[in-house]
Amino acid sequence: MILETYSALSANKTRSGLTILGIVIGISSVIALISIGQGAASSVNSSIQSLGSNLIEVLPGAARAAGFGVSQGRGTAKSLTPEDAAAIAGVANVAAVAQEISGRYQVAGAGTNTNTSVVGVSEEYATIRNVQMADGNFVTNIQSSSLQKVAVLGPSVVADVIATGTEPVGQTIRINGQQFTVIGVTVAKGGNGFGSQDNMIYIPVVTAQRYLAGNSYLSTIDVQAVDAPSMTQVQSDITDLLLSRHNISDPASADFNILNQADILASASSITSTLTYLLAAIAGISLLVGGIGIMNMMLTTVTERTREIGLRKAIGAQRSDISRQFLIEATALTLIGGIIGIILGSAVSLAVNLTGLITTTISFGSIALAFGVSMGIGIVFGYYPARIAAKMNPIDALRYE
Amino acid sequence: MIEITNITKTYGKGETAFQALKGVTLTIKDGEFVAITGPSGSGKSTLMHILGCLDTPSSGTYLLDGKDVSTMTDEQLANVRKDNIGFVFQAFNLLPRTTVLRNVELPLIYAGVDSAQRGDRARSALLAAGMVESHFYHKSNELSGGQIQRVAIARALVNDPTLILADEPTGNLDTKTGEIVLGTFQKLNREHGRTIVLITHEPDVANHADRIISIRDGLIVSDSSSHIATKRPTHI
Ligand SMILES: Nc1ncnc2c1ncn2[C@@H]1O[C@H](COP(=O)(O)OP(=O)(O)O)[C@@H](O)[C@H]1O
Ligand SMILES: [Mg+2]
Repeated sequence: MILETYSALSANKTRSGLTILGIVIGISSVIALISIGQGAASSVNSSIQSLGSNLIEVLPGAARAAGFGVSQGRGTAKSLTPEDAAAIAGVANVAAVAQEISGRYQVAGAGTNTNTSVVGVSEEYATIRNVQMADGNFVTNIQSSSLQKVAVLGPSVVADVIATGTEPVGQTIRINGQQFTVIGVTVAKGGNGFGSQDNMIYIPVVTAQRYLAGNSYLSTIDVQAVDAPSMTQVQSDITDLLLSRHNISDPASADFNILNQADILASASSITSTLTYLLAAIAGISLLVGGIGIMNMMLTTVTERTREIGLRKAIGAQRSDISRQFLIEATALTLIGGIIGIILGSAVSLAVNLTGLITTTISFGSIALAFGVSMGIGIVFGYYPARIAAKMNPIDALRYE
Repeated sequence: MIEITNITKTYGKGETAFQALKGVTLTIKDGEFVAITGPSGSGKSTLMHILGCLDTPSSGTYLLDGKDVSTMTDEQLANVRKDNIGFVFQAFNLLPRTTVLRNVELPLIYAGVDSAQRGDRARSALLAAGMVESHFYHKSNELSGGQIQRVAIARALVNDPTLILADEPTGNLDTKTGEIVLGTFQKLNREHGRTIVLITHEPDVANHADRIISIRDGLIVSDSSSHIATKRPTHI
C-alpha cells in the first residue's frame, strides 16, 4: 500500500512537489508565526515582571478643572509631592516607597553629547525595581538630602559617555551642563527601546529637583506591597489617602493615576494573545489554500486515472477500496508537506531567535497540532475526489479514453 | 455454469434510448471455451460486461453458478467479480509503474488474502500463463504486448474464478504474438479446465475456441461448435 502510494505520487513529481509546497508553506507559517507570537508574549510578560514584584505605580494624572479646563498631559501634570510619598509609606502593607522624577537632558562626557533619560530617584528605587549593581553603588538618601551631584549609569549609557577602556566609576560627566561624578553602573537587564532601564542615568531625587527640574513635583511614586494578595487593599488605601490629601471629593476627578502591575500584565497579555491569534489566522488561511491545492490535484489525478479505477473495480475493488486508496494518497501528500513544514517553520523560528529580537519557543503542542491539522487537511480535501473515484461506474471507467 | 435468459440492455432513456441487446438466451457450461463474435457495434462488449458482472441487464435473468446476479447492487457485484470472474482487456490491462508480480497479486489483495499466500498464488498463476520467473519483478511498462497479455491472463486466473472473460485480447497484437496468447488460453482450457469466453470480431481468432456464438444487432444469429473436446476440469 505504501509502495503503491509512493509510485502513484512519484508518477508526477513536479505536480506532487508543488502541491506539497502549498502545505509546507501553510504548516511552516503556522509553526513559525505561533512561536513568534508566543515568544513575543513571553518577552513582554517577562519585561513587565522585571520591573519589580508587587509593584504599584502612582502617576500624576490629568487634573480636570471644572468648566472649560483642558486636561493636561501626564508629563506636565504637577500633583505628586515628596510629602505624598512619605504619607503613602505609612499605608498598611506597604513594604517600600520610592520617589522618581524623570526628564530627558543633554549628557556630555568623553567628547560625546547625547540626549538621555535622567531619573532622580530615592534609595528605595533599587529594591523596588530590581536594580542590580555591576560596579560601584546606587544613590543613597544621604546623598540626596545633601544635594550631591552623583550619577549611576545604565550599561547602555556607559558606552555613550565614557571613553572605552576607562573605569566609569570616578569619571565626571555633564548633565545639562552640570558636573556629576559617576558612582556606579547597573547590571544590564536586556530589552530594547521602550521602558529599558539600561538606557538611564540615576541621580539622587532631591539633586534632580533642585538642579535639573527646578521644582519638587514627582513624576512617579513606586510602591511595593508586602505581597500579591494585599495589592488591591494597598491600591485603594493609597487612592483614599491621596484624594483626601489633595482635597478631592469625587474620585472621578482624581489628579493622579494608580497602575497595578497585575493590570498591566493582564492588558499586555491580552494584546499579545490577540496578536498570536491574528498570526495563527493568517497562517490558517495559507493552510486552507494549500488544502484546496491538494483537492485540485487529487481531482485531476482521479480524472487521469479513470482507466485504472475501472480496471481495479473490474478485478474486485469495492468502493471503499478505491476511496481509501485516494484518501491515503491525499493524506500522504499533506503529511509529507506537514513534516517538511514543521522542520522549515522550526528553522524560521530558530532564525528569529538568533536575531535576538524575540525569544521564540516551539511548543510540542504546536507541532502536534500542525501534524494533526495536515493529516486532517488530507482527509477533508481528499474526501471529495476520493468519493468521485469510488462512485465511478466500472463500465464508463473502462470505456474512458 | 452460466445461464442467461432473454437478456436485454438499453442504453439511455426516451428519444435517445438504444437497445444494444435485444433478448439473448445462452448457456455456458463449466470447462467450455466459447468465442463470441460479430461485427463492431453488434453488442459483444455489452454482453461481456453483463457476463462479467460489470453491469446489470435491463431485463432478463442471469444465473451464475445458480445465483441470480441480474439484480445485485454495486457492492454485491464487486464481490462476485472478485471471487468468480477474471478479466483480460484489449488494452490498459496492467497498472503502470508496478511490478508484474504486484499486478497479479492485486485481485488477491482486494480479496483479503494474506501476503505470503498471495506471492505463491501469483507465481503459480504467472507460470501457468507462460511467464518466466525472470520477468516477475519487471515493471509492467517494460514488457512487450504479448507479455502484458499473458500477465493479464495470470491475473485473471489467480483468484481461481468460475469464468475468464477476454475482450479482444489480441486486438493490439501482431498475428504471431496473438497466436501465442490464444495458445495460452487453449492450454488453460484444455489442461486446467478453465471456462473461457473470448470476445473477438476476427473469425481467425474465434476459431481457436471450441464453440462460436455469432451476434449481430444485439441478437444471437448462430451458435456452433467447431470441434468437440472432452475435458475434465482440473484446477491449478
Ligand atoms: N454506454 C453506452 N451508452 C450508449 N450507447 C452505448 C453504450 N455502450 C455501448 N453503446 C452502443 O451499444 C452498441 C453495442 O456496443 P458494444 O457492445 O460496445 O459493441 P461491440 O463490442 O460489439 O463493438 C453500440 O452501438 C454502441 O454505440
Ligand atoms: Mg467491443
